[in-house]
Amino acid sequence: MSTEKYVLRTRILKILLYVFLLILVAVILFPVCWLVLNSLKTNQEMFLNSLSLPKKWMFENYVTAWNKGLVSYFANSIIVGVLSIGIILALSSMMAYGLTRFNLPGSGFLFILVLGGMALSEQVALVPLYKILQAVKLYNTRAALVLPYVAFRIPFTMFLMRSYFISIPKELEEAAIVDGCKSWQRFTKIILPISKPVLASCAIVNLNHVWNEFLFANVFLENKKLMTIPLGLMTFQGDLKSDYVVMLSGILICSLPMVILFLCMSRQFVRGLTSGAVKG
Amino acid sequence: MKKKTNLAPYLYIIPGLIMVLGLVYIPVIVNLIYSFFRLSSYSSSMKFVAFDNYRRLFTSDTFPIMIRNNIYYCIISLIVQVGFGTFLALLLESKLAGERFKTICRNIYFIPSLVSLTAVGLMFNFIYNPQLGMLNTLLKNIGMADLQQTWLGDKNLAIFCIIAMSQWQFTGYITLLMVVAFQNVPNDYVEAAIIDGAGPVKRALSIILPLAKEQLLVCTIITVIGAFKLFTEVYSTTVGGPGNSSQVLGLFLYQNAFLHDDMGMAAATGVLIFVITVTASIFQLKISRSGEV
Repeated sequence: MSTEKYVLRTRILKILLYVFLLILVAVILFPVCWLVLNSLKTNQEMFLNSLSLPKKWMFENYVTAWNKGLVSYFANSIIVGVLSIGIILALSSMMAYGLTRFNLPGSGFLFILVLGGMALSEQVALVPLYKILQAVKLYNTRAALVLPYVAFRIPFTMFLMRSYFISIPKELEEAAIVDGCKSWQRFTKIILPISKPVLASCAIVNLNHVWNEFLFANVFLENKKLMTIPLGLMTFQGDLKSDYVVMLSGILICSLPMVILFLCMSRQFVRGLTSGAVKG
Repeated sequence: MKKKTNLAPYLYIIPGLIMVLGLVYIPVIVNLIYSFFRLSSYSSSMKFVAFDNYRRLFTSDTFPIMIRNNIYYCIISLIVQVGFGTFLALLLESKLAGERFKTICRNIYFIPSLVSLTAVGLMFNFIYNPQLGMLNTLLKNIGMADLQQTWLGDKNLAIFCIIAMSQWQFTGYITLLMVVAFQNVPNDYVEAAIIDGAGPVKRALSIILPLAKEQLLVCTIITVIGAFKLFTEVYSTTVGGPGNSSQVLGLFLYQNAFLHDDMGMAAATGVLIFVITVTASIFQLKISRSGEV
């Protein structure tokens, strides 16, 4: 076979590959563009022809959506997110440290026990959790979301941190032991500072999970003032009835934060997602 | 004094352990107990009914419908997300296209999975809307108005519309996981195969895929588990309708617990989901262990 033929074949394959990948990009982006386009119209215009360009670009739809209650949903999501991530990281890193640094009897069993929690799904715990939260008077409070989120995310996070802590050389701590540092000081002054990359990955992946969580939020909250974004969006739909364009603007506003975060920190995102899925 | 230093390390473990035991394990066990009782969300009285909840679950008219829907979701997701998603990952790892272009494509495919399920569900309510939706308007504009459908309002199509939405959202997620797995395949192997004259198809089938087999298995299992935990996608679009045509196990559980006040039945459904998902997880653990050599 002549090299000319080979070059020609490679070129055709290359063009086909580019076309195919671009078609898929269109499949993903076309619906998004359609939604953005219609969020900038009036309701009548959308009804007439949802594929046409807006006559007047209605950026005020976004302002209306924001003022119709999205502000408080965002605030709630941020509060629940920050609290959950903080507690998840604190408890998981402590646990991973305890399990890896002391050769404790039973640590192998405890590791498997906690890791096993990863196989248990939220639905299976839903009814009893609802009863428990009502019994301890936490139903319909922020704690009703934060506590279950923390419990369900510890196994995954602990698993990620444990594999990272194992890779930290023991010598680093030995010097500190000679200097008379207690284990808590070694944990906070040595281990945590060099674990920043894994902490960042864990924070991002858990934030993505908590930010988008719907099942628990839907069941454990009633008060509109406490609702997080995914739940708020469903209520928002009920409130707006047929104000479609404002609804669309609201959905798009709510989808932006995680996408922006990903575009800024895609490396940490990918690392957290992929290492977590290895035995997820 | 000595005893104290021996016990102290457990203090690192206990807080997290209490959370996991108290809010994950105990509820799952209590759920199993509840499944043998009739109970309501408003009172604390419980009546032992043995296997009656299970009998009602397995003989209910919706049972075959939801099992069928969950299985459809599972099989189609395996073909599209895992099958096609892996193929796409192989294409994104081929040397034919530029690195930058491939990274941009990969990120675009991945982005839908970052959006919440409710937001995507509400978006697709618009896309499938029979009067002003994207699909019907598009069909009208390209002169194929006779192909217009009521989509989510059609009892034969509704579940497939929901399944299609999920493929749109999550195929890029699996692709990303597989791309990273392929990048971890040692370059030496691939280069040795090139020297031996193996073409791209042969390289993919005999070197890259076998070496990424564990990740492929993980993707398969998380897809299967996801299919049987299905809830929000249906809740935010059809709520199981029209009729019960798009009912799934997760939504059935929710509706029984919080709409029909039949928490025993919900618990029995939960046990069924538990059995399916835990079996899949154990399967994953077994195979990934045997593949470690």
